[in-house]
Amino acid sequence: MGWLPDPVEALLEVALVGELTVVGRNGRPIAHPLIPLYDGERIFLHSSTLFSKKLEHIKREPRVSLALTDPVAMKGNADRATIQGTARVLEDDPHVDWEALILDLWRRKEPAIDAFLKARVALPLFFERAVIEITPERSLYWEGGDTTRPPVETRAPSEVAA
Amino acid sequence: MTATRSGSVPAHAPTAVDLDRLAAYPHVVVSWVDDAGYPVSVATSFRTDAAAGSVALTATALPIPDDRELSVMGSHIHPQPGIGYDERRYLQLWGRAADGTTFTPSRVWGWDETEVPFFEYAERSVPQSRRYLADLSREKGRTIRPRLSPFWLALRTTRLPFLSVTVIPVLLGIAVAATHGAFTWWTALLTLVGAALAHLGINVANDVFDTLSGADDANTTPTQFSGGSRVAVYDLVSVGGLVRIAVALFGAAAAIGLVLVAVTGSTTLLWIGVAGIVIGIAYTAPPLKLVYRGLGELAVVLGFGPLMLLGAYVVQADALAWEPFVLSLVPGIMTGLILFVNEIPDRRSDASAGKRTLPTRFSPEAIRAAYLVASLVAFGVVVAGVAGGLLPWPTLAALAAIPLALRVHEGLKVHYDSPYTLMAVMGANVNLNAAVGGLLLLGYVVAIVVAQLG
Repeated sequence: MGWLPDPVEALLEVALVGELTVVGRNGRPIAHPLIPLYDGERIFLHSSTLFSKKLEHIKREPRVSLALTDPVAMKGNADRATIQGTARVLEDDPHVDWEALILDLWRRKEPAIDAFLKARVALPLFFERAVIEITPERSLYWEGGDTTRPPVETRAPSEVAA
Repeated sequence: MTATRSGSVPAHAPTAVDLDRLAAYPHVVVSWVDDAGYPVSVATSFRTDAAAGSVALTATALPIPDDRELSVMGSHIHPQPGIGYDERRYLQLWGRAADGTTFTPSRVWGWDETEVPFFEYAERSVPQSRRYLADLSREKGRTIRPRLSPFWLALRTTRLPFLSVTVIPVLLGIAVAATHGAFTWWTALLTLVGAALAHLGINVANDVFDTLSGADDANTTPTQFSGGSRVAVYDLVSVGGLVRIAVALFGAAAAIGLVLVAVTGSTTLLWIGVAGIVIGIAYTAPPLKLVYRGLGELAVVLGFGPLMLLGAYVVQADALAWEPFVLSLVPGIMTGLILFVNEIPDRRSDASAGKRTLPTRFSPEAIRAAYLVASLVAFGVVVAGVAGGLLPWPTLAALAAIPLALRVHEGLKVHYDSPYTLMAVMGANVNLNAAVGGLLLLGYVVAIVVAQLG
């Protein structure tokens, strides 16, 4: 099971957008607003091959972070968190694999996706997708979202043991 | 400016305009790469100073470093409970914060879906998808291409829904022949199938030539009515595959045509069939490339008017006549108007590919006026045909579609510059063609029934 603090899990459960930050080719941080999904242990994001530069960056440098910051995108929850972790790209078959991995989680947050999926013929490349699986390693949590105060830092049990 | 152009704010050195854009966001997320090599992010409030070209970041308990590059991003969505979200936009700036709070950006990039609709953003990103899948194929040691189910792929590749523009003139030709006492069901059916196959072959052949010319690649605002099938652009089907499909469709159409020529013994039919296929291919194929010279509408009027309708008539009646010719002008003009309107959203990419269609040559006012005149001419042909005793009076039912034509004309005034809102207008224009054709057919059915009763 996961180790993330309950309030951080609560943010992951409701967030429609989080900022995934990856490390670019020249070491530059590059942020991407994406819908985060959570299965209680791992965080999943996903990307069409149309917008796949982030996937290239992750394959080269798997250390990433996910920030949850916008109360509007989190049903008014004003708490904030940043989760650091290691990502891997799951894409053995970009046409179908993502459906088995994340479609159920995705439709819970964005039910309209089923209507888009039925009209797959209209935008076929949008549904050629890769899944980004993040194993969380460190969490920073700001209750009430006030980042002028120090965050509550939590590390994965494996990280602590190390 | 860099070559990055997929977003609505291409990557560039920031200006005061960009800082004004950023000021509209309620907070920013500041990110950097920490000493352990992980990105880390913190949200904070901010104030922009457009004159100084800087952003004052509120200091956070997690110290914002001053010795490395930062990303500062504003992001917005509008949640739609139970559905998802819309109104997506974001703006990302890169630079350094000299003292951890005074951030001076040196590069900016972003996307706002009110400026670049999602579909256009996706189309602009097609080259990235192709590159990525090519790299993934090398990585996996097998070819990985995008796919669609066979049904949807066939529908998309052949642009099957456009078959209505073939069905209408063929059925009208058969109906006119029936009023003249000539009707054989199986040759009528063969005519319909042969004409449909020829039309689908032409659609696929046109995609081959538009792909080779670069017109389809250059088009980043295709819609369900315009921009071709895009199956080659998306790499769903190779250009070679399209050629084989086109040859198979033409071959089947030609075989059916030859059967009909053999059955009727009509050399007129042979010439009509040859002319139809030649015009269909010459529409985009060199050396004529009719649509590239502003002659596409004329080719379509001829092909989907006189050639289709007279061809279907000749199969049944084994002769040419004035009535089917006059009648054929109506579906011909209406189908030409489908092309005419569908070329409007493609006009910029068409112009860049040297495809000098009428909307690339004339002003929006001239195009709208031409639409109104041409559609009224089509209705005028019906009135004149009935008044002249060539067309049966029930075909006047077609005039009931005039309000729809006027609605399309009005829609062109409002939506001319927006490919995506123009889609509804293009759809109404396709419906106009079906409505006029359907009402003309109804008129002929009534005429046949009246004649039987009489």
